Amino acid sequence: MTNLADLTAHELLGLISRKEVSPVDIVNSCINRIEMYESQVKAFLNIRDAETIINSIREDEPYSAIPIAIKDNMLVKGQPATCASKILSNFIAPYNATVIKKLIQNSFNIIGKTNLDEFAMGSSTENSAFYPTRNPWDLERVPGGSSGGSAASVAIGFSIWSLGSDTGGSIRQPASFCGVVGLKPTYGTVSRYGLVAFASSLDQIGPITKDVTDCALLYSFISGYDPNDSTSLNMPPYKFSPPKGDIKGLKIGLVKELMGEGVDPSVRACMDNSIKIFEDSGAIVEEVSLPHIEYSVPTYYILATAEASSNLARFDGVRYGLRANGKTAEEMMFNTRGEGFGPEVKRRIMLGTYVLSAGYYEAFYLKALKFRNLIADDFKKAFERFDVLISPTSPILPFKLGEKISNPLEMYLSDICTIPVNLAGIPAISIPCGFINNLPVGLQIMGPTFSESKLFEVSYGFEQATSFHKKRPQIGGS
Amino acid sequence: MDYEVNIGMEIHAELLTRSKVFCSCPVQFGAPPNTLVCPVCLGLPGALPVLNKRAVEFAITTALALNCGINRHSIFHRKNYYYPDLPKNYQISQYDSPIGIQGYLEIETEGGRKRIRIRRVHLEEDTGKLIHSGGRITGSDISFVDFNRSSVPLLEIVSEPDISSPEEAKEYLSNMRDILVFLGVCDGKMEEGSMRCEANISVRRKGSEKLGTKTELKNINSFRSVERALIYEINRQIDVVSRGGEVIQETRHWDEKNERTVSMRGKEEAHDYRYFPEPDLVPLEIKDEWIESLKSQIPELPDEKYERYKKLGLTPYEAKLLAHDLELSVFFDRTVDLYNNPKNIANWLLVDVTKELKDRNKVITETSFTPEIMVELLDLIDQGVISGRIAKDILPELIDRGVSPKKLVEEKGLIQITDISFILSAIDQVLRENAGVVEEYKKGKEKSFMFLVGQVMKLTRGRANPKLVNELLKKALG
Repeated sequence: MTNLADLTAHELLGLISRKEVSPVDIVNSCINRIEMYESQVKAFLNIRDAETIINSIREDEPYSAIPIAIKDNMLVKGQPATCASKILSNFIAPYNATVIKKLIQNSFNIIGKTNLDEFAMGSSTENSAFYPTRNPWDLERVPGGSSGGSAASVAIGFSIWSLGSDTGGSIRQPASFCGVVGLKPTYGTVSRYGLVAFASSLDQIGPITKDVTDCALLYSFISGYDPNDSTSLNMPPYKFSPPKGDIKGLKIGLVKELMGEGVDPSVRACMDNSIKIFEDSGAIVEEVSLPHIEYSVPTYYILATAEASSNLARFDGVRYGLRANGKTAEEMMFNTRGEGFGPEVKRRIMLGTYVLSAGYYEAFYLKALKFRNLIADDFKKAFERFDVLISPTSPILPFKLGEKISNPLEMYLSDICTIPVNLAGIPAISIPCGFINNLPVGLQIMGPTFSESKLFEVSYGFEQATSFHKKRPQIGGS
Repeated sequence: MDYEVNIGMEIHAELLTRSKVFCSCPVQFGAPPNTLVCPVCLGLPGALPVLNKRAVEFAITTALALNCGINRHSIFHRKNYYYPDLPKNYQISQYDSPIGIQGYLEIETEGGRKRIRIRRVHLEEDTGKLIHSGGRITGSDISFVDFNRSSVPLLEIVSEPDISSPEEAKEYLSNMRDILVFLGVCDGKMEEGSMRCEANISVRRKGSEKLGTKTELKNINSFRSVERALIYEINRQIDVVSRGGEVIQETRHWDEKNERTVSMRGKEEAHDYRYFPEPDLVPLEIKDEWIESLKSQIPELPDEKYERYKKLGLTPYEAKLLAHDLELSVFFDRTVDLYNNPKNIANWLLVDVTKELKDRNKVITETSFTPEIMVELLDLIDQGVISGRIAKDILPELIDRGVSPKKLVEEKGLIQITDISFILSAIDQVLRENAGVVEEYKKGKEKSFMFLVGQVMKLTRGRANPKLVNELLKKALG
C-alpha cells in the first residue's frame, strides 16, 4: 500500500476533497517518517512537536493537512531562525516573512525549519554549524545545498513540500541531488522580506516539491508583489492552472558551455537521454552558445560575497543573537563575529570586504557588474531564438560527505550551471531526469523573465514522458 | 593678516517627515527609548528598506531652493562601518549620484553679496543614539543604545570651500537654517540636534593658488560654537604654518568646555567605507513633472521676502529682521493684507510685539495674538480712540488672551478723552500746580513744555488725546 507521505500535494488534496483520506492520517504519516529517519537524515534544525502539528489541522482548510518545511533562513514568528549559524543559535523570529504570512493566511501547516549551509553559503549543507544533512538516496552522500534540508525533507517524505532559497543554485542543486523538483523564480516575483539576506540582488525564495504540478501550485501561493520589498515587482501573482505539457514544436537550446569537460559522463548520458525524450515529444533541440557564461563563477563570487560582507555586518552581538565577552564594544563585536561565524562564512566575508575595498572596487566589483550584464545579454539573445534553454542542474553526481569540503574552489566550480541564472535574474527549474547507481540526476530548464508558466508546461511535458519523479528513496532496506 | 581662509561646511538636517526614511515608524523627538522602532530600523535579519516618498520630495525641494541641478537617476549606496548605534553596520546613504548637485547659497558679507557654491545635497538615514553610563564613552562601564532616531531621514548639504571667515560661516549656516525652516523640511534646532554641522578648514598664504591642508571639525553643536570653534582652529593653523610647520590632515573635535579643538584621528586611520550600490533599493527615477510640481510649491524664501519688504518701504534693517523670521513674516504679510501701512505694522511687530515675545520665550504663533487683533488695535489708534501709549499698555493682554482691543478699552474705560473742556480743566490744574515750571517756559526753556504735557497726561491717566493736549496747552501758555 502506498504511504501517504510519498504522495504529492495535489494527489493528497484530491484524496481529501473526495474524503478518501483523513487529514490527520496524512500528517501522521509524515510524523512517522520523521520519527523513523530524521535521526539519520538530519533534515531539520527545529521540528514543532507532533501535537502542535496535528492541532494545526483545520477541517475546512485542506492545506493544513499538507505538511510544509521551511528553510531556516526564513522568519516564522515565534520560532527559531538560526540560518544554521552559531551567531543566531538563540534567535527567535519576532515577525513573519512575507512568504510565511501568505502561507499562514492559507492555513499551511509549517512543521519545522530545515538545515542549510550556514547563511545559505555552500553546496552540500556541510557548512551547517550544527550538523550536516544526509542524502536520503545514500546516507553517505550530501543532499546538496544550501537548501539541503528542505530538499531531503521532501524526498524522504518528512514534509510533502518545502520552501528553499536560491542565490546561486541553492534550490535547484539540492533538488537535483535529492531527486525532486525545485524552482528558482524570476528575481522580484517572490518577496524577500523576512528572508535572511545572503546576496540581496541574487536571493530568491522558491518551492521544492515532488513533481511539477506541486511546484506550480506552491509557487502560486508565494509569488506576488510585496510593498515591503522594494525589489519586488508590481505585477499580479502567478495563478495556478494544471499544466498540460504540450511541447510540440517547442524550441529548446542546449547550452554548449554547460556541457563541457567538467560534466560527469553519467550526467552527460542523462542529458542525451533527456534530449531524446524532448525530441520524441515533438520539440526541437539545438545547441546554443552563451559565450560569457564561463565567467559566471568569478562574477558571482565577487558580487555575492560583496553583498554578503555588508548584509552579514549586522550580526554584531549588540541587539540579538550570540554575544561574546569583550572589554570594549569593539572587542565584543570582534569576538562575537569570531566565535559566531563558521569558516566558509568568514572566507566569503573576507573576500567580499576585499573586493569592495578602496583601490580594488573598480578592478573587481565594477568589472563583475559589467560581466553580469554581458551574461544577462547572452541569455536575452538566446531567448530570441529559443523558448527555453536546458543544461544539467549539476555537472556532477551527489558527492560523499567530506569529499569536497576541504577544497572550496572545486565546490564553487560545481555551481557553474546554476549561477548564470541568478546573475541574469531569470527563472529556472530543476526536475529529475535520470538515476545513476540509484543517485538522482537533475535537468535544468531556464526561461526568460516571467516565463514560469512556460517552465511548468515544458517540465510537465517532460515529466509526463518519464517516471523519474515517481521514484522514492528507501532508507535501511525498509 | 597674510592668510586666506577656506571653509567648507557639511550640514546634516533631520527632515520633518511623519515617518522614517526607510520604514513607517514615526519621527518624534523625546519619546521613551526604543519605542519608535520596527524590524527595519532595528536592522533585524530579513528586514528590508522601503524609501519614503515625502523624504525624497523634501530633498528635491531643498536642492531646488539651493539652486541645485537634480539628478534624474539617483541611487542609494551602502556606507559600511561598524558602530553600535548603527544597527545594520552600514548606513544607507548616497555616493556618486546624489539627488542635488552644483547649487549655491547667497550670503551678505562686508564686501556685498557672495555666492557659496553647494557641491551636493543627498538623502541618508540617521543612526541611533548611544547613552553612556558615565556620560562619555571612555571610562563608562555600560552603554545603552536608543534606536528611536535610527533611520530618521537626514539631508546632507555639502558646500565648496568658498567661505572665507567665521562670520561668513555663521551667516551661511543661519541662511541655510532659515531656508530649511521656511521650506518646512527641518525645524533647524541645532541644540536639539535636528540640524548638525561639520566644517573643513584650511589656511594659505595670501596669493597662493593651492589650498592648504584641511582639517575636519566635528562636534559643533550651536551657532555660537560654530564661530568660536572656527576662530580657534584658524588661529591654530596659522600659528602652525607661520612657525614653519605643516597642518596635518585629520579630524578634530571641538571641546566646548575648554574652548579648543583636539585631534580625533589622522588620515592614516581614515575609514574605507566600501561604498557600493544598495541592492535592496531600486534606483530613484525623478521625472521632470515631479520636479516642476515641487518647484511650484516652493514658498517665498527670505531673500525674496527681503526684496519685497524693501519695496514696501521698510528699511533694509527692518526688512532683514522680518524676512528671516518665518512666523513674524507670515503674520506681517497677513496684516498688510488687512491694513495698508506696512511701515507702521513692521514697527509694531519688530519693537513692541518682539519684546513681549522675548519676555515669554515664544514665537507669535504660540500666542493668542492675530493679525485681526493687530489691525483692530492700529485702527483704534488711527481713529483717535486710544493713544499709542494705551495701545502699548494693553498689548500684553492682547497677546496672552487674544481679546478684542475695542472691547478691552471699553471695559477698562481707557477710551481716549477728546472732550476739550475736560482737557482744559486738567491743563488748568497742572498750570496752577506748576507755576515755577510755567515761569521757566516763558523764559524760553523749551523742555518745560514737554514736562507739562506729561503732567496733563499723568493727570488724565494717559487717556487724554496727546495732540489735543499739545494744542490746548500751547494756547493756554501763549
